[in-house]
Amino acid sequence: MTFKRSFTAAIAAAVATLAIATVPGHAATLRWAAQNDLLTMDPHSQNHSTTHSLLQHVYEGLTRYTKDFQVEPCLATSWEQISATHWRFHLRKGVKFHDGSPFTADDVVFSFGRIKQPQGTNQIYISTVKEMKKIDDYTVDAILSGPDPVMLRLLVDFRIMSKPWSVKNKSENIQDYKVREETFASRHANGTGPYVLKLWEPDKRVVFAASPVWWDKISGNVTDVIYTPIKADATRVSALLAGDVDLVTDLPTQDVTRLRGDPKVKVLDGHEVRTIFIGMDQHNAELLYSNVKGKNPFKDVRVRKALNLAVDRDAIKRVTMRGLSIPAAIMVAPGVHGHSNELDRVAPMDVEGAKKLLAEAGYPNGFEFGLDCPNNRYVNDEEICQALVGMWGRVGLKVKLNAQPMASFIAKIQKFDHSTYMLGWGVATFDALFSLQSLLHTKTAGADGSFNLGRVSDPKLDALIDASKTEMDAKKRDSLLRDALVLTRDNYYYVPLHHQLRPWAMKKNVSTVHKADDRPEARYARVD
Amino acid sequence: MSTVEAWLRRAWSHDLAWSFRRSPVAIIAALLTLICVGSALFAPWLAPHNPFDSASLNLSDGFAPPAWTQGGKAAYLLGTDDQGRDVLSAIMYGARISLGVGVAAVLFSMALGVGLGLASGYVGGTLDAFIMRVADIQLSFPAILIALLIDGVARVALPREAHDEIAIYVLILAIGVSGWVQYARTVRGSTLVERHKEYVEAARVIGRSPAAIMLRHVLPNVMGPVLVIATIHIATAIITEATLSFLGVGVPPTRPSLGTLIRVGNDFLLSGEWWITLFPGAALVVLVLSVNLLGDWLRDALNPKLR
Repeated sequence: MTFKRSFTAAIAAAVATLAIATVPGHAATLRWAAQNDLLTMDPHSQNHSTTHSLLQHVYEGLTRYTKDFQVEPCLATSWEQISATHWRFHLRKGVKFHDGSPFTADDVVFSFGRIKQPQGTNQIYISTVKEMKKIDDYTVDAILSGPDPVMLRLLVDFRIMSKPWSVKNKSENIQDYKVREETFASRHANGTGPYVLKLWEPDKRVVFAASPVWWDKISGNVTDVIYTPIKADATRVSALLAGDVDLVTDLPTQDVTRLRGDPKVKVLDGHEVRTIFIGMDQHNAELLYSNVKGKNPFKDVRVRKALNLAVDRDAIKRVTMRGLSIPAAIMVAPGVHGHSNELDRVAPMDVEGAKKLLAEAGYPNGFEFGLDCPNNRYVNDEEICQALVGMWGRVGLKVKLNAQPMASFIAKIQKFDHSTYMLGWGVATFDALFSLQSLLHTKTAGADGSFNLGRVSDPKLDALIDASKTEMDAKKRDSLLRDALVLTRDNYYYVPLHHQLRPWAMKKNVSTVHKADDRPEARYARVD
Repeated sequence: MSTVEAWLRRAWSHDLAWSFRRSPVAIIAALLTLICVGSALFAPWLAPHNPFDSASLNLSDGFAPPAWTQGGKAAYLLGTDDQGRDVLSAIMYGARISLGVGVAAVLFSMALGVGLGLASGYVGGTLDAFIMRVADIQLSFPAILIALLIDGVARVALPREAHDEIAIYVLILAIGVSGWVQYARTVRGSTLVERHKEYVEAARVIGRSPAAIMLRHVLPNVMGPVLVIATIHIATAIITEATLSFLGVGVPPTRPSLGTLIRVGNDFLLSGEWWITLFPGAALVVLVLSVNLLGDWLRDALNPKLR
């Protein structure tokens, strides 16, 4: 009896093995670990990198990116421009949400109304769209407030929810994240995307399974995804080496060399379109946290240039980043439209030159100022700031470092309560305008200058940025972007440090496409 | 001159000195302690670099291995950390903070514990019961938990900007408060014995105040065991400080103690830069072990039953 049963079991196992062997690469599970958990399942609530990178598996937009970040049709199959401010989108027919309900123009109009709600933080993705109008069930018109050359890129992260599902589950409104409100949609997900949310245990794991009703085909073989947030760097790396996970992102720089040498693991190199830089207060009449009274040294271009010259970007790359950075001279990274290697050429460190410039500006003995820094946001952020304190110390500048967690850091610098600060800027649209508009346009209450926290204000630069917002002629627009980037570089409005490199590590049997937005997509992955 | 000589002669022939001369372990421990304390105290003059003068740091020298290994630099005997700080100098400066916090916390504990113990033993009654029950309650928590609690409360209650400046004092308070019970219990026990002796009653009869009796007459006679506890407690306090700093709630990273150095180095342990955490760890072990051995010897030497 027992023999018979085990014999049957053995046969079954053999058949199963055979089945797997004859249909190679089917039904694989991808176990993926990164540092943070996602904040919410509500696709309109939080403009947060990890949240977007997980939700893109479930929810889709009208457009999406190809592997090399060209725009391709997604829920819209085609579009045409009726006028500069009037676009028409033809929607994909036969698409079903994971609950089985059909996708129609009503869902787009509903999602547009929803993402605009003030308690969300994703309005930037539809900021130039004034109105979405349903023409028929599979056609919508977008009316813009002005011409927008990058709208198709912005729409990638405008994710479409099902109207009937949201209404049925009383989730027509975005959760109020600040007061920790939970709604059905913040805990459950129902998109049109390649994967269906099976389970979310906050801070423990997220489980996805391939959607049987997806309109497209996955190019890899991953049918199940288990995402595990592992906060501690060493633990995350150990999990990969022990074989408990297949793919690890957010790699600690100090472990990359070791992983490269490990025969069980391979490292996929790639850069992230994120530039790390130092901003300087160029607005206050008197610099805060400084011994200089009655004036602001950073209004003087010579002082800003001295700060730039004193930074040894190569040493930061070699020691602090262990080779995982590209020293930066301009404010956008390679891969962003507008970047070119010819513009992004870093001047070598020049301590004597920096000292001379400071002396010319009237500070032969340097001066004091503060440096605000996050300590849990960018790769080795606090260590870089500590290194900067030393480098600026060598030209006579006394820098008081204040490194704190992102939440308290960002609140402080958004109140302009700083003299200098470190920030990193990623480019969701892969177009330089996104950075220029947020970081260099004169500060306004809206999207213009939203993160211009040193309050740089240059009318010439504003004119270039404003013109590139609406210029539809690609050549003319390229030259506008170029002029704006050069103007920024040559006036030293910021101290660009480097563009981050973000390698991913995976087991030898895993292959996937590295993406410059640092968001792995399971549909490209293969586990053999 | 002759008085000094006489004093030295007397000290040399004293019981303690005699037992010290006879114990090689004690001599080695004392030597090591002396080296540790000396290099910590005179760090600004002895250390090859000043690790906290950021202008003197050179990032290009970061992650240099110890001088005798391949790729090591002669200027950095024990290598450098991620910012190019000399590990040897950082240890010397770090030991200063560790020792300072340890000694200050022990003095604080001792003052608190001895005071409460004296009062408890001499006055007795409700006060005694109250103090001893508080001690019992505190003994039911691990000392590290109490230190964490005090530190956590202080962090919430005090403004953020003040944290770095007062972090060390909060740490001393936290470690000090968590260690008073031992002193109080020991002193109370001895006081209970002493309070009925003739000299105490004589003092009471001639009308001395209770405070004067406790401090001038009882205290000198109960201090022997206290000194033993204090020596061993220094080692424990240094470890507690290192643990708190390792957990990130101790001294600020801008003025690292041994515990902070170990924590910082811990991030690099698996990636091959073992010297950043190993040497501060070894320094901590040597320091604590030698202080502990000295304490052990002192306990044995002062215990008449073991002679």
